[in-house]
Amino acid sequence: MSEMKIADRLFTIRYKVDEQSHLIIKDQEVCLRCETKECTHFCPADVYEWTGEMTTVAFENCIECGTCRIGCPDYNIYWVYPKGGYGITYKYG
Amino acid sequence: MAQEKFDAIVVGAGPAGSAAAYTMAKAGLSVVLLERGEFPGAKNLFGGVLYRKQLEEILPDKWKKAPVERRVVEQRIWLMGEESAVTLGHRNEAYKEPVNCWTALRVKFDQWFADQAVEAGALPIYSTVATELITEGDRVIGVRTDREDGDLYADAVIIADGVNSLLGKSLGIHREWKPDEVSLAVKEVIALPREKIEDRFNLEKDEGVTIEFFGKTSLGMAGMGFLYTNKDTLSLGIGVMVNHLKKKKIKPYEILDHVKKHPMIRRLIEGGEVKEYSGHLIPEGGWNSVPPLSGNGWCIVGDAAQLVNFVHREGSNLAMTSGRYAGEAVIEAKKRGDFSQETLSLYDEKIHQSFIRKDLVKYKGMHEFLKEEDPDLLFNRLPQAANQALYELFLVDGVPKGEKQKKMLNYLKEAGGGAWGLAKLGIKGWRAMNG
Ligand SMILES: Cc1cc2nc3c(=O)[nH]c(=O)nc-3n(C[C@H](O)[C@H](O)[C@H](O)COP(=O)(O)OP(=O)(O)OC[C@H]3O[C@@H](n4cnc5c(N)ncnc54)[C@H](O)[C@@H]3O)c2cc1C
Ligand code: SF4
Ligand code: SF4
Repeated sequence: MSEMKIADRLFTIRYKVDEQSHLIIKDQEVCLRCETKECTHFCPADVYEWTGEMTTVAFENCIECGTCRIGCPDYNIYWVYPKGGYGITYKYG
Repeated sequence: MAQEKFDAIVVGAGPAGSAAAYTMAKAGLSVVLLERGEFPGAKNLFGGVLYRKQLEEILPDKWKKAPVERRVVEQRIWLMGEESAVTLGHRNEAYKEPVNCWTALRVKFDQWFADQAVEAGALPIYSTVATELITEGDRVIGVRTDREDGDLYADAVIIADGVNSLLGKSLGIHREWKPDEVSLAVKEVIALPREKIEDRFNLEKDEGVTIEFFGKTSLGMAGMGFLYTNKDTLSLGIGVMVNHLKKKKIKPYEILDHVKKHPMIRRLIEGGEVKEYSGHLIPEGGWNSVPPLSGNGWCIVGDAAQLVNFVHREGSNLAMTSGRYAGEAVIEAKKRGDFSQETLSLYDEKIHQSFIRKDLVKYKGMHEFLKEEDPDLLFNRLPQAANQALYELFLVDGVPKGEKQKKMLNYLKEAGGGAWGLAKLGIKGWRAMNG
């Protein structure tokens, strides 16, 4: 089996995307000082990216696992669930 | 929504919540079953092995109709080397009747299980997030939802909102989990024709097999992989402790890519089509992470209360049983007309007397063990050494057997930091598994 790109993997999930993000970086200054930028690694859906100046949040890709909520060393992510009925819907589970 | 008051509100329609809602509704209580997904199961996944015993206890007449995949007749454990494995397993016809466990997929199962609660009279409110608990002093009296005028009131609230349990956190009964108290698992459901699955895994008709693997596949992090046979799909996944993942700077799906290339796995999934990718946290703090279980007007159940025996990958059954116990406590509270902690702590008592506490206490040292020991030793160097040792054992190369035996021991000693280091590790591991 050839390696799958993350975009192809996420394509297997049905999303109902809200206009508003359910994930908010509390303080970009904290990200600037953050040495590890580890949210850009441990997220299973590549939601976070460091542009060189700030952390961007592709919340529409989020699979709602909660890792970033617990994993960000500075608890710098305000994390709630997408509104009822929004976000991911699995077919198999 | 009308400002009606219910006997109980259950937040979350996973196995824990649906079991609680079913138990209470069947006893005639007025129950709301609240779920944030479009339907129960929409947001959920597990490995997944579903156990018969605890399901039958809740649904003695209907458990046979549960939508499951295959009856598990064989369980395999693989200790993975770089391109090899040490294998152990057990297959037995006796697992068929009475059935011990099945493989299952949560989207189907959770819907069916929640439907049982609804048929028994629970009021389903789906596509709705419980955003906070409504309290009066130290008493929980209801739930605020993200619907307009969405406050709901009840004598008891059962918190069954899963591993992230924002409600449990808001109640202050557990602080945020530490990264070492959870693992992140990523999974793929891979489609293959039935006959291929049955041929590759040595199965007949509805028979199924489970494979758990650990070692080199988790890339030096504490973790466990799984490969389970469904009817015409395979469930393949791997979970690693989040504190280790944080340090490794590796993406979770790259671990999965690595797993898929292992020769033991590659040939089993060959030609399959990935139907779904998914990810979820698993509570792995063990008994020491379990929060207070009840209070005035509330009980907390399932993953939200860290009730998972990760050593035996049992979670859904602990969730169901804890949900049932909480439901039973609320039924008693309704009889007495007292929903205070005094009555609801019946739930704690039931947990304490059950296999849930006994099993979690037995393994309570395991979390500390995995947190303290070097993951590279446990999940990389030792598994590789065990593989080298067995390679040596079966290799006929003219080296006398006595010398081979020495070589085998040396592999293990070197990996484990000498005979003494190895012995100490063995003792610590033994203690961790024996409370
Ligand atoms: C990869 C993986 C493999 C596993 N393998 C196995 C296995 O093989 N066998 C086994 O027995 N167990 C396994 N488990 C564990 C098992 O899945 C869990 O222990 C079990 O699902 C816990 O049930 P629960 O009802 O407590 O929580 P969940 O199943 O997580 O259900 C919680 C529910 O609450 C809903 N919810 C959450 N917050 C809110 C809110 N605020 N408002 C409304 N709804 C909300 C969620 O959408 C969800 O439906 C595995 C887990 C994972 C992640
Ligand atoms: S890990 Fe936390 S602090 Fe660091 S960049 Fe990511 S969000 Fe910002
Ligand atoms: S919840 Fe999970 S998938 Fe969503 S952004 Fe956080 S780590 Fe990524």
